[in-house]
Amino acid sequence: MLRHILTAVLAGSLIGLIAPHPVAAQDEGKEHPYEAPPPPRLTWSFAGPFGKFDQAQLQRGFKIYKEVCSLCHGLSMLSFRNLSQPGGLGYTDAQVKQLASEFTVRDGPNDQGEMFDRKGRPADRFPSPFPNDNAARARYNAVPPDFSVIAKARTYERGFPWFILDGLTQYQEQGADYIAAYLSGFEDKPPPSVHLPSGVQFNKYMPGGGTSMPKPVQIYDKLVQYDDGTPASVEQYSKDIAAFLMWAAEPQLEARKRIGFQVMVFLIVLAGLLYFTKRKVWSKVHGHA
Amino acid sequence: MSGPSTYQPKNPVLKWLERRLPIGGLIYSSFVAYPTPRNLNYWWTFGGILAFLLTVQIVTGIVLAMHYTPHVDYAFNSVETIMRDVNYGWLLRYLHSNGASMFFLAAYIHMFRGMYYGSYKEPRELLWILGVILLLLMIMTGFMGYVLPWGQMSFWAATVITNLFSAIPVVGESIVTWLWGGYSVGNPTLNRFYALHYLLPFVIAGVVALHVWALHVVGQNNPTGIEPKSEADTVAFTPYATIKDSFLMVVFCILYAWFVFYLPNYLGHADNYIPANPAVTPTHIVPEWYYLPFYAILRAIPNKLMGVAALGTSIVILAFLPWLDTSRVRSANYRPLYRQFFWIFVAVCIGLGWLGSKPAEGGYVIAARILTAYYFIHFFVILPLLGLYEKTKPLPNSISESILAPARAGTVT
Amino acid sequence: MTTMSSAEPTRRDFLYIATGAVGLVGAAATLVPLVSQMNPDASTIAAGAPIEVDLTPIAEGQVIKVFWRGKPIFISHRTKKEIDEARAVNVSSLPDPQADQDRVKKGHDQWLVLIGICTHLGCIPLAHQGNYDGWFCPCHGSQYDTSGRIRQGPAPYNLALPPYAFLTESKIVVGETQPGKEASGETQPKKEA
Repeated sequence: MLRHILTAVLAGSLIGLIAPHPVAAQDEGKEHPYEAPPPPRLTWSFAGPFGKFDQAQLQRGFKIYKEVCSLCHGLSMLSFRNLSQPGGLGYTDAQVKQLASEFTVRDGPNDQGEMFDRKGRPADRFPSPFPNDNAARARYNAVPPDFSVIAKARTYERGFPWFILDGLTQYQEQGADYIAAYLSGFEDKPPPSVHLPSGVQFNKYMPGGGTSMPKPVQIYDKLVQYDDGTPASVEQYSKDIAAFLMWAAEPQLEARKRIGFQVMVFLIVLAGLLYFTKRKVWSKVHGHA
Repeated sequence: MSGPSTYQPKNPVLKWLERRLPIGGLIYSSFVAYPTPRNLNYWWTFGGILAFLLTVQIVTGIVLAMHYTPHVDYAFNSVETIMRDVNYGWLLRYLHSNGASMFFLAAYIHMFRGMYYGSYKEPRELLWILGVILLLLMIMTGFMGYVLPWGQMSFWAATVITNLFSAIPVVGESIVTWLWGGYSVGNPTLNRFYALHYLLPFVIAGVVALHVWALHVVGQNNPTGIEPKSEADTVAFTPYATIKDSFLMVVFCILYAWFVFYLPNYLGHADNYIPANPAVTPTHIVPEWYYLPFYAILRAIPNKLMGVAALGTSIVILAFLPWLDTSRVRSANYRPLYRQFFWIFVAVCIGLGWLGSKPAEGGYVIAARILTAYYFIHFFVILPLLGLYEKTKPLPNSISESILAPARAGTVT
Repeated sequence: MTTMSSAEPTRRDFLYIATGAVGLVGAAATLVPLVSQMNPDASTIAAGAPIEVDLTPIAEGQVIKVFWRGKPIFISHRTKKEIDEARAVNVSSLPDPQADQDRVKKGHDQWLVLIGICTHLGCIPLAHQGNYDGWFCPCHGSQYDTSGRIRQGPAPYNLALPPYAFLTESKIVVGETQPGKEASGETQPKKEA
């Protein structure tokens, strides 16, 4: 009897779980929050257990950062010297020294007590476009986020059962997919049901639809020329900058996956040896397999 | 630890030591010659796995502490320095963050094992209560540790959870201010959480010692739930339990390594890679997965104080389990009705966990309330009644007998 | 159970030995990151990179102090008098015998570059003080001459030489043994007198 009551209760709660879904499609014409579509899943060279960064892609992405994004977005947790470290862009130390000197960094105080500007050195961090958040807000009414870990700071709802399958397929590139989609998702006019305040741009993939970031003209007018001759397009730019930002967030990715493989092989071998040792030891115990 | 030790070292140095500080004898009688039921299954390894993970967390924690700065202006950056510049820093950090998840996973399995086989029953009530204390210490330690990276979730989780104490009448607000060391979560809060996060694992280690001592006084439970009656029922801990535990520990490490090396941020939250901003609240504040069931219970009650009371009760009630469960039979292998309620309870806990990750709206709230009600009904109504009315299966005469003739197909031996 | 000869390992023993060996290898491998993390991290190593010093602002007779790898570096623009004093000393009478010519770069006798840490217990000696017209360490009274050599007091060795090289007549780089070649160690090996 108790069992039946409980089954009913459980069934009820299961229904309760499945039934609600925020924002049904039936509310046409009503003011409801814009639901951004999930970003399309792209193929990344660094995905999967044997993933590696594509150095040419990282260099292209860095070029976009340098010529377009760095005007508003900092990369303050990276140093120029990171560009020549293994598992990254593949620049030489000499190239990094040259590249660093193209940047101006603030240093000081000098012997007169003043801060001064000088050419960048490999050990310097990437300079931020604004000295602090307040300066950014005063200029743009919003604070453009720093890019150092942004590829790990962005994701999207995967829902059941995908979030379980992601654990088996090792899908960790939600951030990169979102960033690539976001960058190519600027549209001049929002859909009719979406009303945005002035100064807010519509982006197809932004949750809620509105972003304070203006449409990046250099991206959409294809103003960045790639050094390796790769044809320019919004999709290409988006992919390359997303890959670069993934490296920026996880510069140790290649080492992590490489060591991971060695560790997994070692553990599987050791587990096998321990299993057979266990069986041998326990065979002495009468009546136990 | 009863009776004189059988440890007689031959080595003269060991003999010298044994006479003055009998550590050798203690280790020998506790972990070598110690009689262990011969029918323990792999669910019994999780105690050892927990001890291993505590060691891993302490070791990785100490080396991380060599590079971390507990100040609001430097904390987030110091963690990134660890990830980028410190040799193997990324590995140590991911071992520590995923180690916490593995720690709770093993703890929940360990507890569910205890609930299934009646390991909390007489004479193991105190052993179980020490375990509940360990769970509470783990929850506190994990909460404070999560604040340290000073990301958005760190800051806002600290704000939400410390604010819970304001529900206490009269002294609530003062307690919260006292916890914060200020008028909101800030640098004093971060600093003291760091000090306590470093301290508590050693308190845990001390309580673990009491937990293992309490265990060794009464001996392990086993899948039949009946005590060993003769030497034929037990085997020496070393090599039998040692090698069996070693095997499963390595298999567990494969799962651990799967997360650390291939899915290091899977169990975490992307918002914690945004530096803490007291002016902006994340859209959905969610704790780490291992707190989700308790979070669901907290939010299910519409009244603030009652919600906090429900949260506290949901954990503390575990300590009363030995007395709430009135059954004379320990193991669910011989309690067919209880076995079904046990699995329903497991499903309810998982359901509460999933609901804890959802926004507190619409059908999710209704479902959370139903499951929360069921959670308490399980302890206050079902367990006491089951013990009185359930028809249990006949117990075997001894452990050895149960191995030769298993109780029935489908039981977990 | 049959009795086994303990002389030769059996198949069962081989399994135990193999398992134990693999386990030990794993344990040893686990130690590597734990020990390695205490070594200087990448940003510390980067901050310890060689520095360039412009010598033009340093007047004759002046000693300046710069920092390299957290250590004070004395750069002394010696006068002719100071050089002659250093050269006039009988090298074998010194507590730590070393000729002045071996402590400067050829053709740049007026430039003395030293690590400004007293070789006794690590204090920073004071310039243009002491009986030998060189440096005087206030902590325990060690006295160095115009070549930075120990003359009197408890310090056992001469002030150490950092790796450095002349890029031009008026610019040196501290931290490289030759221009473009970063030094691994701190001091140059002493040449035998």
